[in-house]
Amino acid sequence: MAQHTTEVVRAGLARRYRREWRFRAYGLTAISLALIMLLTLFTSIFSQGLSAFWTTELELDVTLYPQDIDPEGTRDPQTLSNANYRKLIFQAVYDLFPDVTSRTDRRALQALVSDGATYRAREMVMEDPSLIGQRVKIQIPIAADFDMLAKGKISRDAHESTRRLSDQQIEWFDRLEKRGLVHTVFNTTLFTASDSRQPELAGIWGAVVGSIYTLIVTLGLSFPIGVAAAVYLEEYAPRNWFTDLIEVNINNLAAVPSIVFGLLGLAVLLNVFGLPRSAPVVGGLVLCLMTLPTIIIAGRAALKSVPPSIREAALGIGASKMQMIFHHVLPLSMPGMLTGTIIGMAHALGETAPLLMIGMVAFVADVPSSPLAPATVLPVQIYLWADSPERAFVERTSAAIIVLLAFLIIMNSGAVILRKKFEKKW
Amino acid sequence: MNTLLLILMVGGLAVFSHLFGSRLALRKAGPNPSILHSLPGYHGVYVALWCGVPALILIVLWLAFEPMIVHTLVLGSLPETLLHNPDGSPLDEARVRLMMSDIGNVAKGNISSSTDPEILAAARYQVGLENNAFWSLTVLSISLALAGAAWGLRSISPVLRARNQVEQIMRVFMILCSTVAIATTIGIVLSLLFESYRFFTLVPLHEFLFGISWSPQMALRPDQVGSSGAFGAVPLFAGTALIGGIALLVAVPIGLLSAIYMSEYANPKFRAFAKPALEILAGIPTVVYGFFAALTVAPAIRNAGEALGLDVSSESALAAGVVMGIMIIPFVSSLSDDVISAVPQSMREGSLGLGATKSETIRRVVFPAALPGIVGGILLAASRAIGETMIVVMAAGLAANLTANPFEAVTTVTVQIVTLLIGDQEFDSPKTLAAFALGLVLFCITLVLNIVALHVVRKYREQYD
Repeated sequence: MAQHTTEVVRAGLARRYRREWRFRAYGLTAISLALIMLLTLFTSIFSQGLSAFWTTELELDVTLYPQDIDPEGTRDPQTLSNANYRKLIFQAVYDLFPDVTSRTDRRALQALVSDGATYRAREMVMEDPSLIGQRVKIQIPIAADFDMLAKGKISRDAHESTRRLSDQQIEWFDRLEKRGLVHTVFNTTLFTASDSRQPELAGIWGAVVGSIYTLIVTLGLSFPIGVAAAVYLEEYAPRNWFTDLIEVNINNLAAVPSIVFGLLGLAVLLNVFGLPRSAPVVGGLVLCLMTLPTIIIAGRAALKSVPPSIREAALGIGASKMQMIFHHVLPLSMPGMLTGTIIGMAHALGETAPLLMIGMVAFVADVPSSPLAPATVLPVQIYLWADSPERAFVERTSAAIIVLLAFLIIMNSGAVILRKKFEKKW
Repeated sequence: MNTLLLILMVGGLAVFSHLFGSRLALRKAGPNPSILHSLPGYHGVYVALWCGVPALILIVLWLAFEPMIVHTLVLGSLPETLLHNPDGSPLDEARVRLMMSDIGNVAKGNISSSTDPEILAAARYQVGLENNAFWSLTVLSISLALAGAAWGLRSISPVLRARNQVEQIMRVFMILCSTVAIATTIGIVLSLLFESYRFFTLVPLHEFLFGISWSPQMALRPDQVGSSGAFGAVPLFAGTALIGGIALLVAVPIGLLSAIYMSEYANPKFRAFAKPALEILAGIPTVVYGFFAALTVAPAIRNAGEALGLDVSSESALAAGVVMGIMIIPFVSSLSDDVISAVPQSMREGSLGLGATKSETIRRVVFPAALPGIVGGILLAASRAIGETMIVVMAAGLAANLTANPFEAVTTVTVQIVTLLIGDQEFDSPKTLAAFALGLVLFCITLVLNIVALHVVRKYREQYD
């Protein structure tokens, strides 16, 4: 009989080992699939976004005719600022193509330069009025469509009617390139400008400032409140229905969808308390409520990890309970608390949905001047740009995502380093 | 900004009174400071609290109630002619609100639609009131701060139990901080219930929960075609379930198998690399996933579908679902990893000792033992998927189709909340209020899922501890 069982087992062994091998392969496939997806996400964003860090500029010889800028020669800043630089820029472009004379062709030629060109000419003149009357070299940003052409994102082979540039315009651009007037430079506009309808003038600085204000409000409120709540719940709270209620609430809030916090902000902060719409203060308050559970839970874990011997020693030499906590336990648990706080802040930085509810999706063309001014934040800017139909905005959206991811990586690695460096094994 | 200056001034006074308080305590103690009951610093904090706290409470209360009082006063000052229609009937509420916001805008110096002299007069009145209010607040709060500091300084003596009192106040502050969580929950529940109640007075509850047609567009003119919006939310629930289901179909097998491989097979080196790599997926902002879904995955799926001769919408549920699935992989995998690692080693050894292969042990022993925890993890992941907003806003459609075909565009609860609330809002139209009703449904479902999940997990833990 025993002989028989062994035979049965032997006969099945090969099959069982194959199954064992297959099962292992499934697991490995699952992990590789997940990692491949992660890799695809990163490569697709980086391949689309890296080119946005460079932009194409055109070198123009512009004659700053005094009769157009300052006909009376007063050099009054108001006059200088209101002058029609557009006309001068267009004249300079026409001069590059003396063969183009018809009105329609000249209009097509105007599409070459971005509105940013006039701003740059104005800046130059305002800075140094002695330039008036001279012929100066100006590097002007080129219109976004031509920038896309230079980066090879508009196909030359496609039929004329399916792309945004005509064959004629492409031919002009090629001529400029051949004459060495087209330069590829680092895209500083992307980092110094705010949102704009024109892709070549749009930047993320306004959104970054909005994010900074929002995060300052969030951090300023959620860190002290979170630490105080964690200390109370961990060190003082008696176990009764009230503290149980608090604990259940904190755990549930951690799992409430973020958009519900946005609804709360809209109904309570905007409609009842009448706080301004689109303001970083309101965004910060909403995100503070959202990150509080994270900070409280991390804070309690950090407090719990401080060994009782420290407490007993402090109490033993005559410290009051509060002195024991604030002089000894809290400083020792600070690395853990800060780690939790940084992770919470990283979440807050990437959060979009609740901010849509409180109106931070407005088109804001200025850098916000205070936490009460209308503003947008980096993720919302990404959302707004992702909605724009222009090809050039896709590139800029990806670039903004790269910047956002860079911030998140810095914050998270900061948290990891903090934990590694200060974590104590008792 | 002026208020900020005021708060800073009160804070400055508090810092000064702290210095005074600690000096005074030392002086009163005389040559032997050890007769002080509390350290001089505590006396300082005691005085500073007396100086700062009442004044700050006054400022906060004042700021909370001032707009309301000013509003009432300005409204009362308006001449009768403004508050009535030409035919003598009183203006309806919305018109009055519009007028008051006009006045507010003129008072703030913003451009406004009105140049009516009576409006301008009311705006001047409001500016005057606000100025008066600000100056009285300044005077009152500064004197309150000074009076508080004087009172605190007066009561300083070597026997004053300053430390105990300061600690008592700190304790109250900490209790207040920990009740913020309760206040938030109450705020969420109340605001959702209140606005939903107003919605359900306009649209019956059964129509909302069981109606199968959703078109919240309200007509501008009453005679327009399709003027009455339809608020049957079943297509939204179905769309949410479809996308969430696809997400779970992606996330559960991948997450679970990854967790099993990592906790049972992988060597520590591989684990140290793969686990954080998977966690990265959880740290990527959802707006990034949304962009990825809309610009990379959706076109890819559509092209693949076309190559196979299928008609795939460019906002297909499949694209949003798959990307959402990628997002929740780490939730499933890290929670399953925890519960699988928590299965006692003795159970594995027993099974291996009887001659089972490793995979047989995992399938027949470890997995059943860890099942409750895994189910809890999946429920938590499902609640994440239902509440997720940005991916579906960017990659799923707006049209409320009632379909189970993953290649078609469907819409979800969160998408509708966002589209209903972005842009102009009137707070008495069912269109806006519907968003809060949807929010209430969302809140309830995720709450139930979380409670069930936590319950299942906790029950399982009790088994082995």
